[in-house]
Amino acid sequence: MSRDLAGSEAASTDAAGPAPPPRRRGLTSVEALALLLVFGLTARPGLAELLGGELSQAWAARFVAVAVQAIPFLVAGTLLSAAIASFVPASWFTRAVPKRTAIAVPVAGLSGAVLPGCECASVPVAGALVKRGVAPAAAFTFMLASPAINPVVIVSTFVAFSGQPEMVAARFCASLGAAIAIGWLWAKLGRSEWLRLPAHRDHEDGKWAAFWSSLRGDFVQAGGYLVIGAAIAATLNTLVPERWLAVVAENPVLGVLALAALAVLVSICSESDAFVAASLTAFSPTAQLAFMVVGPFVDIKLIAMHAGTFGRGFALRFTPAVFCVALLAAVVMGAVWL
Amino acid sequence: MRRDAQAVILLLLGGGMIRLIVTGEYLNYVKPYAFWLVLPAGIILVVTAVVTAWMAWRDRGEPGADAHGHDQGRSKVAWLLLAPVVGMLLVAPDALGSYEAERTGTALGAEENRSTYPELPDDVDPVPLTLMDYAARAVFDDGITLEDRRIQLRGFILYDGDEPQLARMVVACCAADARPVKIGFEGDVPEGLEPDQWVEVVGVYTPREGRDEINGELVPYIEVESVTKIESPDNEYQ
Repeated sequence: MSRDLAGSEAASTDAAGPAPPPRRRGLTSVEALALLLVFGLTARPGLAELLGGELSQAWAARFVAVAVQAIPFLVAGTLLSAAIASFVPASWFTRAVPKRTAIAVPVAGLSGAVLPGCECASVPVAGALVKRGVAPAAAFTFMLASPAINPVVIVSTFVAFSGQPEMVAARFCASLGAAIAIGWLWAKLGRSEWLRLPAHRDHEDGKWAAFWSSLRGDFVQAGGYLVIGAAIAATLNTLVPERWLAVVAENPVLGVLALAALAVLVSICSESDAFVAASLTAFSPTAQLAFMVVGPFVDIKLIAMHAGTFGRGFALRFTPAVFCVALLAAVVMGAVWL
Repeated sequence: MRRDAQAVILLLLGGGMIRLIVTGEYLNYVKPYAFWLVLPAGIILVVTAVVTAWMAWRDRGEPGADAHGHDQGRSKVAWLLLAPVVGMLLVAPDALGSYEAERTGTALGAEENRSTYPELPDDVDPVPLTLMDYAARAVFDDGITLEDRRIQLRGFILYDGDEPQLARMVVACCAADARPVKIGFEGDVPEGLEPDQWVEVVGVYTPREGRDEINGELVPYIEVESVTKIESPDNEYQ
């Protein structure tokens, strides 16, 4: 199971499974980190000179800005999702979700608006829900809706697009609509043999230990992907001349497709993606909306996690369907609201 | 990455964010209200680092304690968190200035739909205005509210070819979306002003307008009475 969960990280397979990992001699991560830090401190004057050029300073300022602005929202999101994962028993969800799938899907979607969950956290949560008897369609709707429209995301979108509350409304409607549509689509067409159900992991250490380790794990994981997103945003804003970007950005169709594809590639956490979207000022509001609707639903990191949690066959069918529905929802809601 | 290494990274990241707040450098990257976001987040990260280090120390010697669940494989990406640490602590870039402003079109278009231009206060002379406010009143309201008033503007110098201009970066969310507002000088400007030099300009409205070649937006002018060099403000963005 953990072999698939790790997805692309082939090197991790030796650390998986119930057996203790084989003792590897070689550099441990602590030693590597210590070496890097010593190098960074001793080489600081040289580094400062190397990065002292106007261009790298400008790039670094934009990069640090996205990171510093987004990390607090990431902290808030992982804090809440760690609390829910550790302190709310999965059985509570089973009781709360209606038995009929057609009704359970929209209920699951709306409960995503109340329960904050990072997308990295919501995939395992959905796995646990399916295992505990919640209809897969409802679990998938919850998995998609919870990272896309939870309160932290709504607030960060509101902050990022201050003065454009219609962007918040458009994001909420498009994401909720797409999540419910996917749930119904699964209820209609989905087959259970596409799913390979996850084994539930119990934390034997107690709830607080589970809380802290899920907070650390989720933050470190999501933060790493945020760094990639921040770097791409800084690069687009610094290195790519405004005139070039304008060619893609000013074409309505190209602009939307470009940002939807970018959302898949950069894999930013939903709590922080609004800030990256807002900084892509050259693009149309609908393109920015597509970035924020597609991103929490499907990206490189999520495809790896879906494949690991529900199986490759599932990810192969689920990913393209979700991408198309999300893109369609963004374009429709963009036309309605923006 | 092992848990104890993750603890070190969380500590550096949280500590770096707290340092930005303490030194006031956070204003180079985010808006002033972000104080209330960055400080608590920094503290939570430091606390998480301490608890993680304690848990790793408690479980030391337990075989496989570190391969707890799926943690190890999926946390390779955690190494990337060193990049913002390096950015905040080692590179510590300054606020964006003339280099960026010379390569980015003026952001005046964003204010085009503003409908109200309240009268300037009567009891102040000269009247301090933001560059965006002056430019919007000059370009979209034909300078009606600016007539017969002395105006005070603060910004940095940039060069459009040989011609000096006054500019200020405008930030909507954080410095990543920073865009300049530019204003041209009419009349005599002191020789030898360096790019990025902060100045306080006192002057009066002039109907003269130019165009920013980068994006074709209008650039208003101000008829200069005096240009005084000043220290850069704590918050360089508007």
